[in-house]
Amino acid sequence: MRDLSPAEMTVFRLLEGIYRDCFLKWGYQEVRTPTIEYLHLFTSAGTLTPGRLGKVYSFLDWDGWSGERVVLRPDGTIPVARLYVDKMQGMARLFYATNIFIFEESGEKTRERWQCGAELIGVGSAMADAELIALSLEILKKLGMKGVELKLSHAGLIKALLVKLGLNPEEQNWMFDRILDGDVEALARVSRESPELGNVLPLLSLNGQSTGFLRNQRALLTRSVPEIRSPLDDFLKTVALLDDLGLKYQVNIASGSGFEYYTGIIFQLFLGKEKIGGGGRYDALIPSMGGGDVPASGFALYLDQLMSLVKTEAIAPPLPRRILVRVKAGDADAVKQAFKAADSLRKAGYIAEFDLDGRKSEKRWILEVRGEVPVFTLVDNVKSRNTEANSISEVLRLMEGESAY
Amino acid sequence: MPIKIALPKGRLLRKTAAMLHKADWALNEYHSEMGFYRPESPKFPDLLIRVFHEKDIPIQIAMGNYDLGICCLDWIEELLTKYPSSDVVKVKDLLYGEGKLYAASASSPVELLRNGTLVHIASEYPNLAEAFALKKRLSRFSVFPVWGAAEVYPPENADMVLLSAGTLAELAACGMVPVSRVLDFSAFLIANRNSWESKNLDKIVTSICDTLPEVEKRAPEKEEINRDRIVARFSAREAADGTVRLALPDGHQQQQTVELLNRAGIKIDDYPSETGNRRPKIDIDGVSVKVIRPQDMPLQVANRNFDLAITGRDWLTDHLAQFPSSPVKEVLDLKLRKVRLVAVVSQELSVNDTGGLRQFIAAREEPFRLASEYVNIADKYARDKHLGHYRVIPTWGATEAFLPEDADLLIENTETGRTIARHNLKIIDTLFESTACLIGGTGAVVDPAKGRRIEAIVKRLRSAVGDA
Repeated sequence: MRDLSPAEMTVFRLLEGIYRDCFLKWGYQEVRTPTIEYLHLFTSAGTLTPGRLGKVYSFLDWDGWSGERVVLRPDGTIPVARLYVDKMQGMARLFYATNIFIFEESGEKTRERWQCGAELIGVGSAMADAELIALSLEILKKLGMKGVELKLSHAGLIKALLVKLGLNPEEQNWMFDRILDGDVEALARVSRESPELGNVLPLLSLNGQSTGFLRNQRALLTRSVPEIRSPLDDFLKTVALLDDLGLKYQVNIASGSGFEYYTGIIFQLFLGKEKIGGGGRYDALIPSMGGGDVPASGFALYLDQLMSLVKTEAIAPPLPRRILVRVKAGDADAVKQAFKAADSLRKAGYIAEFDLDGRKSEKRWILEVRGEVPVFTLVDNVKSRNTEANSISEVLRLMEGESAY
Repeated sequence: MPIKIALPKGRLLRKTAAMLHKADWALNEYHSEMGFYRPESPKFPDLLIRVFHEKDIPIQIAMGNYDLGICCLDWIEELLTKYPSSDVVKVKDLLYGEGKLYAASASSPVELLRNGTLVHIASEYPNLAEAFALKKRLSRFSVFPVWGAAEVYPPENADMVLLSAGTLAELAACGMVPVSRVLDFSAFLIANRNSWESKNLDKIVTSICDTLPEVEKRAPEKEEINRDRIVARFSAREAADGTVRLALPDGHQQQQTVELLNRAGIKIDDYPSETGNRRPKIDIDGVSVKVIRPQDMPLQVANRNFDLAITGRDWLTDHLAQFPSSPVKEVLDLKLRKVRLVAVVSQELSVNDTGGLRQFIAAREEPFRLASEYVNIADKYARDKHLGHYRVIPTWGATEAFLPEDADLLIENTETGRTIARHNLKIIDTLFESTACLIGGTGAVVDPAKGRRIEAIVKRLRSAVGDA
């Protein structure tokens, strides 16, 4: 459980302003889904892994006598896909910012995480994938993140390799989940025992940085595993586009990460060792919800990580200047004057607060208000100077003559 | 601090008593179900021993109320599967009380459903049942927690059950076909993690472990089970032929129930049954009977698994405290088995009413503990009476043993108050009076013939109650 303090909320809203602006400019529309959803939305095969489902907050509602459980939203994408199936059709560009709830055994980690994300529903092209990758990188750039690494994999490719390893469907699921949970060695371990894949194994763990790498892999892998030609070609199309756009990336097939609903390209965003976001293509999710044959892909950025990494001073717009409005004690007329003066100051773009407790202020400007002439005394704490004035325009002129706070 | 150990009642009592006899514990009272739940051992005079329902023991150990406990692995896993970070250490397999947990259905299953069809699972192990459903990737399921008699639910009232059985043959004897073997279990010595890390438990542990045979446990034998095959028989749940489905209670309410039915001129064969038959024959056409736990009836009626059921108002109230809009209601007060539901504290506590209780709670730092079989009534009581920071400890009987060490207040039923006085406890509040009652659904009965049958049964019972 975690509070967001005033200082943290300031950063939170700063981030929000930037990603909202980016999403809107790329044509995405904001949606918000309920905090409580039905559990079965998430238990349907191919949505969340049993390991992750074992950590959701599910419970019986007050009308849960049928045994139907509800859950605190454990994922951002599935509810948006449900909303699309319930209410929309055709192509949709949707974005959201939401909290998701996952149990963490260590008390130090929070069980509520914030993320923002985009879902591009109704198109299955390489250009759509490239749009999402470029958009996510643009947001991170505008947030001042330098040295973001983009890592690519492909769910279809991993699945084709798992089939080839001779695992039964349950084992394939299990292994896919291991890989998605970040077990980079998992694929290598089982490949070692496979007569067909044993000799290509070393290639799988390499990191490629160009389409050339994938073409080389294709030349070799399709000999032993012809089934991977199709997912590999699909992968190549997107990667080639990224090359055209001049975006840097790393390809590591064995290090997919994310959700079981991914079917195509998987991308992860890192800053140093910290994962700050990721996404992928999930063409089977909406069909599994009965929404018809609708392809989709999307990504999410992890706001908790970004909040701790962002350098606020580099991206924050200058804050309005603050002024404390102080009423002379026991002066009834002054209160009315003070409200009027504060209103004018706010209209002029200042943050005007009333002094309610009479404590020493750390603010530069204090405006003392009286019911009689001279009505105002402007105190400049930096220059230790008091100036009297009789109108608020006079006060504004005095402050604007000085440099910013 | 003395060392505290929790010993099981029920299925493990006889073998646990035999083991402790072998270990020279010479317990004065741990031989039959009619105990005072506070045995003493001359061998370990400082050891504090309490007797609980087996299902309560892992919870008591996890909470740190007891250092050591003995219970079967099924109840340990039922706790750990939902709360994996519980402070329970499995110290030693005691190699007795073996059994297996099976997922089973009533007939030869066809296929595992991942296509969105709702699968109903009845079980005394709701957490393990949920974990099983998730692991098998059932796309949609409902778990009905039951107090017992899970095997009688399929096929009409559940698609599948998760239940314990000694062998496949035992399972077959109650008409069940296994779907999956979920867990092999036996009795375990368990410890609270903090106690294990910081207290000297070695003498007790050694004394218990010295009784164990030298041999290592043999590997569990393999059984052929049709894996991954579950059939949903949802269609069978709403009897299309207009049959009225009546649920009758098992346990000690059977005698009074059968007398009432006799007075109503309703004849019923093999109830109470000496052979454990849970589907007795009734002499009214178009009525079928199942014998289940009275605790489970309101939930079952709400889900239209039964049209009528004879249970207690206490259990109906508990169900409605959990689900206020549940479509189940009292149809007829049967005026049998009159008990009061009362709030009980230790005699040593200087609290005599709820006002005093609030003062007592406000003055202490740790959360107030309510123990009850009626979890939802206890929870509502604590909310309604503004009991501040409280915790409800679910129990499965023998609740008196919880006071004063392991709980601060009980919500209990009592007929005469004598048991409560005998345990050095006192009543500080009466919640309501409970009698046996006939319950039914609140929804309309569509089939007119079925509606008439239900009416006829209610009428006969009403006149029998009036005659009493």
